[in-house]
Amino acid sequence: MTLTHSGRIPVLKKKDFESDQEVRWCPGCGDYAILAAFLKTLPTLGIPRENHAIISGIGCAARFPYYVNTYGFHTIHGRAPTIASGLKSANPDLTVWIITGDGDALSIGGNHLLHCLRRNMNVNILLFNNRIYGLTKGQYSPTSEKGKVTKSTPLGSIESPVNPLRFAMASEATFVARTMDSDLRHMSDTIRRAQRHKGVSFVEIMQNCIIFNNGTWKPVSEKKTRAETTVTLEQNKPLIFGQKLDKGLRLKGLGAEVVEFDPETPPSDLLVHDVASPSSLHAYMLTEFDYPEMPIPIGVFRQVERPTYEDSLHEQNRIAIENKGKGDLKSLLHGTNTWEVNADGEEIRNDAVDV
Amino acid sequence: MVKTVESRQSIVIRFAGDSGDGMQLTGNRFTDASALFGNDVSTFPDYPAEIRAPAGTLPGVSGFQVNFSSLDIRTPGDAPDVLVAMNPAALKVNIKDLKRGGIVIVNKDTFTGPNLKKAGYDGNPLDDASLDNYQLHSIPITTLNSNAVRDIPDLNRAFINRSCNLFALGVTFWLFDRPIDSTVKWIEQKFKKFPAVVAQNLKALKTGFYYAETAEMFPSQYVVEPAKIQPGTYREITGNEATAIGLVAASLLADTQLFYGSYPITPASDVLHHLSKYKNYNVMTFQAEDEIAAVGVTIGAAYGGLIAATGTSGPGLALKGEALGLAVMTELPMVVVNVQRGGPSTGLPTKTEQSDLLQAFFGRNGECPMVIIAPKSPIDCFHAAIDAVRIAVKYMVPVLYLSDGYLANGMEPWCLPEIEDLPKIPVTHRTDPNEYFPYIRDTETLARPWAIPGTPGLEHRIGGLEKAEITGNVSYDPDNHQKMCLIRQEKIDRVANDIEDLEIRGAEEGDVLLLTWGGTYGACLSACLQLHEEGHSVGHAHLRWLNPFPKNLEAVLRKFKTVIVPELNLGQLNMLIRARFLIDTVPFNKVKGKPFMIAEVKEKVLEVLGGGK
Ligand code: SF4
Repeated sequence: MTLTHSGRIPVLKKKDFESDQEVRWCPGCGDYAILAAFLKTLPTLGIPRENHAIISGIGCAARFPYYVNTYGFHTIHGRAPTIASGLKSANPDLTVWIITGDGDALSIGGNHLLHCLRRNMNVNILLFNNRIYGLTKGQYSPTSEKGKVTKSTPLGSIESPVNPLRFAMASEATFVARTMDSDLRHMSDTIRRAQRHKGVSFVEIMQNCIIFNNGTWKPVSEKKTRAETTVTLEQNKPLIFGQKLDKGLRLKGLGAEVVEFDPETPPSDLLVHDVASPSSLHAYMLTEFDYPEMPIPIGVFRQVERPTYEDSLHEQNRIAIENKGKGDLKSLLHGTNTWEVNADGEEIRNDAVDV
Repeated sequence: MVKTVESRQSIVIRFAGDSGDGMQLTGNRFTDASALFGNDVSTFPDYPAEIRAPAGTLPGVSGFQVNFSSLDIRTPGDAPDVLVAMNPAALKVNIKDLKRGGIVIVNKDTFTGPNLKKAGYDGNPLDDASLDNYQLHSIPITTLNSNAVRDIPDLNRAFINRSCNLFALGVTFWLFDRPIDSTVKWIEQKFKKFPAVVAQNLKALKTGFYYAETAEMFPSQYVVEPAKIQPGTYREITGNEATAIGLVAASLLADTQLFYGSYPITPASDVLHHLSKYKNYNVMTFQAEDEIAAVGVTIGAAYGGLIAATGTSGPGLALKGEALGLAVMTELPMVVVNVQRGGPSTGLPTKTEQSDLLQAFFGRNGECPMVIIAPKSPIDCFHAAIDAVRIAVKYMVPVLYLSDGYLANGMEPWCLPEIEDLPKIPVTHRTDPNEYFPYIRDTETLARPWAIPGTPGLEHRIGGLEKAEITGNVSYDPDNHQKMCLIRQEKIDRVANDIEDLEIRGAEEGDVLLLTWGGTYGACLSACLQLHEEGHSVGHAHLRWLNPFPKNLEAVLRKFKTVIVPELNLGQLNMLIRARFLIDTVPFNKVKGKPFMIAEVKEKVLEVLGGGK
């Protein structure tokens, strides 16, 4: 694809974003579905192909950039947020995607993720959470449940898992969402919303690793059980779920409880979703819900506005140039404290005194 | 009393006191006045790693040495002629360095029971015979200062003793016949929001000056005539400041924005501080969350097409190793500033050392060569930074820049270069999609195209996995891997086409060659020239580029019977030279956190010369 002569962006298709590289995930891996949703979504964003940059770390998910015909950088373990931050700072016009996994983002790269989120870099982070180390062939990850038996934990993991969304909330992320590999439409919609958000977007994608952790999200992700095990978050709508839409969530003290009702007459005191609720407590509470005690929320938990890092960075330079004038070599070398030595060896102090 | 005046070529003075005593400021002011007076100057600040070590203790002593001269000098001097010691601990730590017969000025008021005890003195050294070999001047500075300033209106009485350093400075200004007006101006500017502080400091400075003049305690004044220095515009500059300015200048010469990603670390933080002031030069600074992030954002900025640099010190370089491998693999241009300090581990954070050379060469996994340049003086930090950028963007490689604590904090007067003499740095971001491949190469430099995100038609993928030649696709092919390893090495080797030949100073050939790199340049060149003048067959050659070596290095080495390699490490360049050329070089090593003194280098050369005869 190239720009048309009128300079307008031509209409792109999914095919335009497919690279010529053979996809090498295990057959049946959830990553295929995520790639499909991504490729389907990109042409709908109205962004020219060359303005996308996909940055990944290490892990199965990190192979992603090779399969998308945009700019892509397969970096090193855990560090994708740093390279993405440098790139986005260098060129804020780019649409920067960070593709990461639970080990990459929350174990080796935990520190970078924290700082990328709190800085509010305007990048989109897609975390493929399969709760296992796949590429290294099956060790427990920081999101593996306690007691998980893996190659490195034959007697079960003794660690408490980290909840990616709580991590993102605590790091002051301005867009926090969850979706799943088994729901193409919801994935695509969430990816689009993440991209449209100005500021850092954090999306957890519940992903199945068919080889080392098959069924980890069952029965949450399965089509036939999903209605009972998840609750879909929709702005300004009450939190209702169930095959028959006969269950809802209601505040109880500082938490929530499930109530059942006749779908014809839902109670009026159900919790209503608001991504921009003045307090982040609402979203925090939702991140705590876990199956089977509660339905797992799917959708956008929180979306608020805050100045982005790269805008502020460029703004400071712009203001400095406006106030002091654009610096040149002469002013650079001279600084504020020079003296002249003339041909007779006499010294004359120049300029203002440097302090 | 008739004032007598003695003339000297050079004088080395060391100001020492508690880290809270303002010795760095005092030294800097003395330096500024001397430079403005027309002397050549060179400085060496030496301060503790703790911000405020317990007052009065030996580890809390902070020092600042300045060498001022009517000659062209290259080092802050070996042994001081004059020691100003503000307390017993400062005397204890520094007296052993002072020249026999040298002048000692102490603040007598601080030589009391508890202070003496903290410094480990049993008795009072001012009263026993221990300082008999020196010209001791004990001045009750605390009392005199307090008497002078205590009636200043609005004076903060808690800070009354804070101007003792200015009093001492005043004394030295008289003793060495320095003009005080530049310091007066400086004080007025610096504290202009606090009139009482201005008044206090000026009063202390002048009282010290007049006290020295009238107290008749010094038999004479000393003058050091202005040096014959070339006409031009001058400023003072430290190595870290020169590094910062050099990077900014490179970005202006390349007409491309500078990005600097760094994490605070001694002694490199000042580069970040300086650069963060250059926002109106459109410099972007990014204080990252850690050392790895600092190099990560820098790689990202390089990928995005900017002049990208990161800065750190030894421990940080260790953390950056993996990411530097990525920069080598993806062949992105950037500069990695390493201001070396004493190691291993946290080591001696505020002291100098040259012990990261092998880390710079080999501190990454795999066959991972990097270009290495090391500035030789504070001023050269400016030129080396420009050179580093020039090579990085021309060859599409990361370049390691090895400064050290001695250069970083040392200060010199700098005759500003003519702007027209600074060559432009051509930067090309590829835009032509015709026959574009991520890893096709320039036939001369082997550089791959710098194709930055946002460029239509050049979409491509890169990463840390081995690349297929030309296409840049992931490749596990055995022959391809060998070929790519060789190409990455060849790129570095070809940089030798672009760097200056090694120059020999002193004897062109003969008995002994001093082969140096980095901040030891000044002391070793001075040692060589002095020995040569004294009739010895001694030459000096200095490596600015460590990887690759200049093409004529071997020829230079073979012109001398013996090659001595002085280094502030345990023999790292020495090992490389031996391995490369099979020449039986002689290591000369020091790891005391201090630079070489000219005298000790001369002594080593004489020892080798004597042994050879
Ligand atoms: S190991 Fe698991 S996550 Fe990795 S590609 Fe295979 S199925 Fe997918």
